Amino acid sequence: MESQFPIQRIIDDAGQIVDETKRDALTKELALQLFTHMNRIRTFDRKAINLQRQGRLGTYAPFEGQEAAQVGSALALNDTDWIFPTYRDHGATLTFGADMVRTLLYWNGRVEGCVPTDDLHIFPPAVPIATQIPHAVGAAWAEKRKGTTAVSVAYFGDGATSEGDFHEGMNFASVFQAPVILFNQNNGYAISVPIQKQMHSETIAQKALAYGMPSVRIDGNDAFAVYFTMQEAVARARNGQGPTLIEAVTWRFGAHTTADDPSKYRDQERSRDRVDPLTRLEQFMREQGFYDDTEIDAIRARHQMEVEEAVKAMEAFKPPAIDDLFDHTYATLPADVARQKADYLTARGN
Amino acid sequence: MATPINQQTDMTLIQAVTDALRIKLATDDTTLVLGEDVGKNGGVFRATDGLQAEFGEDRVIDTPLSEAGIVGTSVGLAVNGFKPIVEIQFLGFIYPAYEQIMTHVSRIRMRTMGRYSVPMVIRAPYGAGIRAPEIHSDSTESLFTSMPGLKVVCPATPYDAKGLLLAAIDDPDPVLFLESMRSYRAFKEPVPNEAYTIEIGKAHIVSEGADVTLIAWGGMVQVAQKAAAQAEKQGLSCEVLDLRTLYPLDQETIAASVQKTGRVVIIHEAHAMGGLGTDLIALINDTSFLYLRAPIARVTGFDVPVPLFALEDHYIPTPARVLEAITRTVDF
Ligand SMILES: Cc1ncc(C[n+]2csc(CCOP(=O)(O)OP(=O)(O)O)c2C)c(N)n1
Repeated sequence: MESQFPIQRIIDDAGQIVDETKRDALTKELALQLFTHMNRIRTFDRKAINLQRQGRLGTYAPFEGQEAAQVGSALALNDTDWIFPTYRDHGATLTFGADMVRTLLYWNGRVEGCVPTDDLHIFPPAVPIATQIPHAVGAAWAEKRKGTTAVSVAYFGDGATSEGDFHEGMNFASVFQAPVILFNQNNGYAISVPIQKQMHSETIAQKALAYGMPSVRIDGNDAFAVYFTMQEAVARARNGQGPTLIEAVTWRFGAHTTADDPSKYRDQERSRDRVDPLTRLEQFMREQGFYDDTEIDAIRARHQMEVEEAVKAMEAFKPPAIDDLFDHTYATLPADVARQKADYLTARGN
Repeated sequence: MATPINQQTDMTLIQAVTDALRIKLATDDTTLVLGEDVGKNGGVFRATDGLQAEFGEDRVIDTPLSEAGIVGTSVGLAVNGFKPIVEIQFLGFIYPAYEQIMTHVSRIRMRTMGRYSVPMVIRAPYGAGIRAPEIHSDSTESLFTSMPGLKVVCPATPYDAKGLLLAAIDDPDPVLFLESMRSYRAFKEPVPNEAYTIEIGKAHIVSEGADVTLIAWGGMVQVAQKAAAQAEKQGLSCEVLDLRTLYPLDQETIAASVQKTGRVVIIHEAHAMGGLGTDLIALINDTSFLYLRAPIARVTGFDVPVPLFALEDHYIPTPARVLEAITRTVDF
């Protein structure tokens, strides 16, 4: 099956073009755009890990190593599309337009972090595995019924493909030909469980066969491959040609979350040997003469500042309101809950 | 066995769980430990740490990420000669398996008039208070206590955890074994090295008292104890009752305590509505109505989803809230 679904790439580990048909499309403008977003989210990710270690954020799920998959896929979307992320896809949501301060608030245990940026359709990160997949299918189905060209994308990991919700979502997507992209980041592990113990099939892409859905297996560390593959899938969905499953093969460099110790289940030295999607793009840019040191340094400095400022804003955010514990469970607070709230506030002298 | 009797080791609750699992894996070939990350990683809380290295991948099994799959296949394993001990990573992630538990695990015995049974144990960490991410902090035990055919056990101490888990594994019926995350490493106590069991279905009087009965379980037992200590300074004597088993309930011990004190405060971190407190109140009405000197008070989580951790401390019952309920009951 692996031979039926070979990993497709446009540039190789050394940043050399391997798919000549795309040469003209690999412009400096596109490379720089991908690089900028990837550097931005990496700066964010590293800062978040540091903040967690200093006790300034709660448990955090890092995505380092998966920047090309997240940026390449999110950049192929329009503002009117929908995205349904997991807890590890804030790189994608930030690229799509999510607010950085709110993203930090989420990791600080604040419900404000679940609220999407105005005018963008971003679902709160799904914490239970695979549960967002049917939601994405439903939102896409709704767009189709409304006659728009908007599409929807579900992000999920390799572990998620074991859950019933993945299979149910795939089936609905294909039965109703929903304009949805099922975007899998196969990062090799579900916490400690390697893909070979997660499933007996050689690829995730092949699972689409059973549902009569097109699928493709790509190098998820090749930002161009992700971007163009996603663009094609999005175009098909917008044209009424239904869903696509994309398996982006990538690698999670670090821990599953800051509460996890990857050295228990794999060789961390070797983990770092995996090709870094950012280094690969940089090499490509140098090779093509697209890499301008001053320009890149300025980008890095700008991101450093943006992230520092977001952290400041997160830490200066008003303290959580106790009202928020009660006020949003129903449109109108049931009398019982209203009484619980009043009693609690009275007992505290509020 | 040559192990000297009465030797003890200081253990945390989670170490006591591991110890019970190790004893069973060593002495009963039919027992299997299954779940997500239970093997090489030793479980996300380390409850199964070292067990795969000791007993092999055939006995301590990393499964695919599928709660319905884990529990559903365990039904088949259990009816066919094995004793699955399942780990669900967090109680909040048991819901995909709820269908299996509701429709099959709990009723195979009844549906086959005893021809088949499902002697399995499902372990699940539960409860708030450790600043865990969303959905990780649910305390929805009453979804399971209202499921006839299932037993629900919830230890509060390391000693109880070992004895109750060994009893749960020996039990001929399916048992949901709830482990309070906030209690996992809260304290150590001496735990006998040998195997011993604590009877399922029996509550435990943690400390005797005359004025008010505090009923709690799992992570709330310590909250009740703290409140009792504070009440004592005000001259009030509280009896702290740890239910240990949430289904079946120990009606005799509850009734005896209530009839002695005449006042009751029930403490649970689950929501008030549909929480186990409502069943306890009904039960106490049945057995002890004429002994009550005040309405039964409840200190519970509010009727809202367990919040993200910034507001978590406002959700979980505190000793201060319990003390307020004790005073209210006494002053009635
Ligand atoms: C229903 C459910 N079961 C278990 C968990 C605990 N858990 C959180 S992440 C995870 C592994 C997910 O792996 P994968 O889908 O490959 O995504 P990745 O974390 O690698 O991005 C598990 C088991 C959960 N969140 N939800």
